[in-house]
Amino acid sequence: MKRPLLLVVAHYAMLVALGLLCVAPIALIFTTSLRQQVHIFAEPLNFIFMPTLENYRAVLTEDNLGRYLGNSLFVGVIATTITLVLGCMAAYGLARFRFPGRSAVGYTTLLLRTVPLAVLAIPVFMIWSQWQLVNSLWGLILLYVAVNLPFTIWLLYGFVLQVPVELEEAAAIDGCGPVRVFTKVLLPLMGPGLAAASIFTFRIAWNEFILALVLTDRQTRTLPVAASLFITDMGVDWGKVMAMGSLIAIPPLIFTFVAARQIITGMTAGAVKG
Amino acid sequence: MRRPAWLPVFYVGPAVLVMAAACLYPVVSAIQLGFFDWGLGTPWSGARWAGLDNFVSAFSNPRVWSSLWTTLMFAAVCVSAEMVLGIALALALEHPVRGTALFRTLFILPMMIAPIAVGLAWRYIFDAQFGLLNALLGIFGVAPMGWLADPTLAFIAIVIADVWQWTPFVFIMMVAALANVDGAVIEASRIDGARWWQMTFKVKLPMVMNVIAITLVMRLIDAFRVLEVIYVLTFGGPGDSTEILSLHIYKTAFVGQQLGVAAAVSVLLLVVVAALSWGALRLSNPLKESA
Repeated sequence: MKRPLLLVVAHYAMLVALGLLCVAPIALIFTTSLRQQVHIFAEPLNFIFMPTLENYRAVLTEDNLGRYLGNSLFVGVIATTITLVLGCMAAYGLARFRFPGRSAVGYTTLLLRTVPLAVLAIPVFMIWSQWQLVNSLWGLILLYVAVNLPFTIWLLYGFVLQVPVELEEAAAIDGCGPVRVFTKVLLPLMGPGLAAASIFTFRIAWNEFILALVLTDRQTRTLPVAASLFITDMGVDWGKVMAMGSLIAIPPLIFTFVAARQIITGMTAGAVKG
Repeated sequence: MRRPAWLPVFYVGPAVLVMAAACLYPVVSAIQLGFFDWGLGTPWSGARWAGLDNFVSAFSNPRVWSSLWTTLMFAAVCVSAEMVLGIALALALEHPVRGTALFRTLFILPMMIAPIAVGLAWRYIFDAQFGLLNALLGIFGVAPMGWLADPTLAFIAIVIADVWQWTPFVFIMMVAALANVDGAVIEASRIDGARWWQMTFKVKLPMVMNVIAITLVMRLIDAFRVLEVIYVLTFGGPGDSTEILSLHIYKTAFVGQQLGVAAAVSVLLLVVVAALSWGALRLSNPLKESA
């Protein structure tokens, strides 16, 4: 059925308006980061200005930002890799085997997914102190792996179920050992699931703030923690803080534009059966 | 297929070990800590059994109750606004048009970028002196307002930021759900002469009720876990007008250094979230579906 032209125009007008609404505050981070402090103060609404990279130069040279950028990347990449490996194995184990304790593991995992991070921060600080993991990037990685595993396991669990078990049985009959069935038959078919899971995990590890705030020091800080320290009661150096905000926002922006479809699939997986 | 008995342990074991050590054990410790008196930065061996003292001092503190109230109000206002807006927009825009994928990409941006960055953007928008909002309102002759300095306006500010960030989530979930509705049913109701509102409220929405319920519970759980945007935007202020429970716990523990009391409040928050999670499991249980 063809829709009336007016309806189509109204539809697009609404899409454009909503798109602008979603993008505007994010665009504001980037534009502000390219302005000089004096301009930001004098003419907040004047968006015609000479862009300057001065704020980026300042945060990179004066505020040790390069190091924090490195910390964030290191933590994000390592935590994502470990989470994917462990999560994929666990999802396979839960989906394909019936073993004692399976539902206990399943339910506990589902509940852990919803624990507020502020609740975790206190005991984690205590336990990590005992384990000598405070102010260490590996301590942060261990924590991010643990908090990301529940979601990753359940996301990948759905993807494992979609792979016909007959494929694995056929491979086993052809002489594949159980581990090779996993690596050679299942893994290659899990591409979209692994892509979605890695984006979600990296995003949490890269964006996370409160646990990193509690568990890091001058040397091991991640970007969100470094940015938060710019906000003081004395006032905010908006140009510099937005330069940091931009650097924090760039990787998730890239992922979103590259893999929006996988992200949406991951978001709706479980609730909406596709 | 012959499979050795240790195989499930091989697959599930490592993940279980990590989650048990770095997630479950801390949660249990948080509850345990509620019964102890322990100073930040001192060895755990110096902790003293405190019985119910922490719970008594937490729940006799009016600030805890006002924080619980703020949290409930925040969750109720944000989630109902997000649900209504998200569902309405999904109904209006469910029809796929050319370019839909691009717009959906734009819509998920607010929930993909760091809450810290979101907080920064909104803090800049609401800034009294240099903020965009006051500058925009100034064009229409409205005097500048101290958005983050007034208790009511600050609460509105954190709600706006949350609604901006999470309405797209409801929208995406609903569009996916509506796309899954059997087209034949819609067609049949059209042939039967159903009007637009009948089709929407009597056919489409009842068919996606389960997804609506799951989305609602997921949003509620997240609304009780929110911390970072508010940390940057208001840090709970002015006074304690935007101090939601997560932030109260953080401040009590790491600013006030009363870890035991903070842990006692954590138990309260854990109970709320656990109850909601139980509801979520009732609605959608991935374990049951596979069995």
